[in-house]
Amino acid sequence: MTERTRAGGRELGARLRERDLSAAPAALNLIESRATGARQEAVALLGEVSPAALGTEPPGHIIGVTGPPGVGKSSLLSRLVAEWRRRERSVAVLAVDPSSRRSGGSLLGDRARIEADPRDREVFIRSTAAGDRLGGLAPATRAAAQALAAAFDVVVIETVGVGQSETEVADAADTVAVVLQPASGDVLQFLKAGIMEVPDVLVLTKADLGGVARHARADLEAALLALGAGSTTLCAVSSVPVASGIAELVDALDAHRAGLDLPARRLRARRRHALDEFVAEHGERGLRALGGRLAAQRWLEQQDQGLDVPALERALDARAQEQS
Amino acid sequence: MPDSPSPRLPEPDRPWMMRTYAGHSDARRSNELYRRNLEKGQTGLSIAFDLPTQTGYDPDHELAKGEVGKVGVSIAHEGDMATLLDQIPLDQMNTSMTINATAAWLLALYVVAAERQGVDEKELQGTTQNDILKEYLSRGTYAFPPGPSMRLIADTIAYTVEHIPKWNPINICSYHLQEAGATPVQEIAFTMSNAIAVLDAVKHRLGGRESDLMGSVFGRISFFVNAGVRFIEEHAKLRAMSVLWDELGRERYGVEDEKHRRLRYGVQVNSLGLTEAQPENNVYRIALEALAVTLGRSARARAIQLPAWNEALGLPRPWDQQWSLRLQQILAYETDLLEYPDVFEGSKVMEGLVSELLDGAREEMHRVAELGGAVEAVDYMKAALVESHRKRWQRIESGDLVVVGMNRFTSTEPSPLTAGSDGGILVVDPEVEAEQRAAVQRWRADRDQAAVDETLGQLAAIARDDEENIMPATIAAARAGATTGEWAQTLREVFGEYRAPTGVGEAVAAPTQELAELREEVERLSEALGRRLKFMVGKPGLDGHSNGAEQIAVRARDAGMDVVYEGIRLTPAQIANSAAQEGVHIVGLSILSGSHRELIPAVMDAMREAGVGDVPVVVGGIIPDADAESLRQAGIAAVYTPKDWNLNAMMRDIIVLVAERHGVETPVGA
Repeated sequence: MTERTRAGGRELGARLRERDLSAAPAALNLIESRATGARQEAVALLGEVSPAALGTEPPGHIIGVTGPPGVGKSSLLSRLVAEWRRRERSVAVLAVDPSSRRSGGSLLGDRARIEADPRDREVFIRSTAAGDRLGGLAPATRAAAQALAAAFDVVVIETVGVGQSETEVADAADTVAVVLQPASGDVLQFLKAGIMEVPDVLVLTKADLGGVARHARADLEAALLALGAGSTTLCAVSSVPVASGIAELVDALDAHRAGLDLPARRLRARRRHALDEFVAEHGERGLRALGGRLAAQRWLEQQDQGLDVPALERALDARAQEQS
Repeated sequence: MPDSPSPRLPEPDRPWMMRTYAGHSDARRSNELYRRNLEKGQTGLSIAFDLPTQTGYDPDHELAKGEVGKVGVSIAHEGDMATLLDQIPLDQMNTSMTINATAAWLLALYVVAAERQGVDEKELQGTTQNDILKEYLSRGTYAFPPGPSMRLIADTIAYTVEHIPKWNPINICSYHLQEAGATPVQEIAFTMSNAIAVLDAVKHRLGGRESDLMGSVFGRISFFVNAGVRFIEEHAKLRAMSVLWDELGRERYGVEDEKHRRLRYGVQVNSLGLTEAQPENNVYRIALEALAVTLGRSARARAIQLPAWNEALGLPRPWDQQWSLRLQQILAYETDLLEYPDVFEGSKVMEGLVSELLDGAREEMHRVAELGGAVEAVDYMKAALVESHRKRWQRIESGDLVVVGMNRFTSTEPSPLTAGSDGGILVVDPEVEAEQRAAVQRWRADRDQAAVDETLGQLAAIARDDEENIMPATIAAARAGATTGEWAQTLREVFGEYRAPTGVGEAVAAPTQELAELREEVERLSEALGRRLKFMVGKPGLDGHSNGAEQIAVRARDAGMDVVYEGIRLTPAQIANSAAQEGVHIVGLSILSGSHRELIPAVMDAMREAGVGDVPVVVGGIIPDADAESLRQAGIAAVYTPKDWNLNAMMRDIIVLVAERHGVETPVGA
């Protein structure tokens, strides 16, 4: 017994492919479901929006937005959503809530903080709990991002944290923006120490703070220079009235995407995703059957580039069976 | 034999100011009510405004739908204010206005109404509540972000100290903190921390004249407190606050005049502890709570308003309010209460209680200070309150905290008090909203538009300049005929809007046996559904009383559900849209303002339009029986009122409802 109002995965996938945004809620219900029947339907859905079915990569720009709590990510996203809408782009936001799952349940409060016109059918916001997997994206989030990228112009994955979450997001997104506020000294240390990967775009919020903000900006610029991360753009923004730097940030995100070998990045993302799913399913024992993580990665690199994640998972399953 | 000194005062004290928190519908109807109340011996006015007025929207704004004239009177412009105060001499009246985000505006309207009566602002006496931090923490009628809100408060204080010297520009409220679940220690500490934040902000605005003015500023700050039924400890709380206030004046602000350092407070006794079950018992509770704030002379209230016995049922009628006023009059005029000096002086028990509370409060104030003060610590304080409330509720559910008639001694005869055709409450005429909508549109059409535009332009310019005081431009706009919504919108454009923290993030309950069972049921159902049971808690309309919704959200999370809670003040379209996008299995709506008859059907319509008409909806709030029946007929799956205090039972209902909707079997007993 799964969700009563479920439409077929194939049909939902086809609707997304046709850029029918109203298919998004039901598509996500399916992708998030762990019921056996729903899993098969979700595979069918993802098949409909795979590069093989589309003849190209899903066109939407998948952007990871991550940063420590309290830096103003939600206010920033409100402004970004408004700017994208001004540029007539449709936007989906997948807000991943960090709340712990000690009770199994969670409080998903983040959509509350992202302002959007509820009558605007081209903005879609969905919140999910970070899930049981340690420090990771909700298992369904990566699949959801891929599916939504077929229909929406922009797909945002919003996560909270620093040091680990942006690595996870980097595996799922085309462009990663890390959001900081002035005086986030620890982040600067993370960057310098190499604990944190250098993001594609670094966003410094609360630019309205004047001297403090200018000081923080100079520090970050110096750090990036020292790290030889010349390609990372640094944007200073303010989300309070009068907002500033938002259009420039959107331009910077666009510029990163324009300079990207998208098929290569997406292909890498799909392969990592498939391997993660495999490990979640079969654990270390499964990984050993594949000859270890590195061997598995190398083997994946030799597979057909058009395979979607479920197909790659099936291939890994078969390979593990063979080897053991 | 030498005469022993008389234990009596040479002269009995004068009674405190007696008020009734009143106002509903429009200015004309409320004016009639006020004049009747004054005839009955009420000595001051306490104006209740409706939610659109409190949050800065005109009656014809989308968010005002269903809320106009409900929890108070609708005041959209100076014409309304003049009608409201018609034939009430403002040079003699002492008026308390429960108004916060829009306090500067309503004070300006009051000043203009006085002008029309030929009364100079110097003569005016009264209080604007004007305490924004507790709006973020509990009551929810904020409009602007913290920074600009603190500036508006500081501006009204700086203005009144010079121009309306007998006015209390701010009534710092511990009242709503207790309603939100604060323990006495939290109530004292958070209130004092709030006062510090306000005083620091004013100090900055006095620009160089602080040594002249700080004493009178300190002396004009008053408090609005709550008193619960544990009336001995509650009295100790007020004595502790007096000690801290005096200390703060002396040490932090260098206030030399002892009179300026005296704690002055008004009070509305507890409505948190009032029950819907056997509502007549509330009369005793109110009487005992009134003792908490009057018994000891050295910490006696300056002004008292008592709730009515039926506030957990709906809006009180004039007769209900009269009954409450008579309680005050009996206490002041029949008993010997006012004939003695402080009756607790020298009491070891009282001293011990006070010092215990002081220790706890100082520690808690220290924590808030370390976080950077009350403004910065809003998130911390909000989370702490939600947590205290959760613990209190668990004690009620377990029976450790006895509430007579609710969780103990529950067998009862039918109450004749609620047997009448009105169900024992006041119902606002549904025509009021349409009338007010038309009236404000006529007002806008008839005024000098150029003058309004000019004054609002000035207001925006002043708002952008942090060094200017907002009051003169606000009074000019009021005089020119601007509306409440226009004043607030002008400032929203400059200051931006704000959503307060919901406080429901962190703490997870220690699992009780019952909770563990619920979790198991949620787990089972989630597996059958394929996804975790997802529950949306929504608060439609302008009502900001979110304590109930927060407790439901927290308990649902503790029971293992994924809970979407977006905070207060949502339109039906927003709720429907979120329900659809989030793919929730069930929606719970909370409304306490009495606007459920308009808002619930509007949410249902919007949900059908968004394609989620088949998602079950439950409703909680202050909902009379007759309305509950018609809501159920309109398709609401369940209606909960304050009678339904067992949250676990509610969680079980939710599990069963979702299971039924999806054809999943539930275990026996669920």
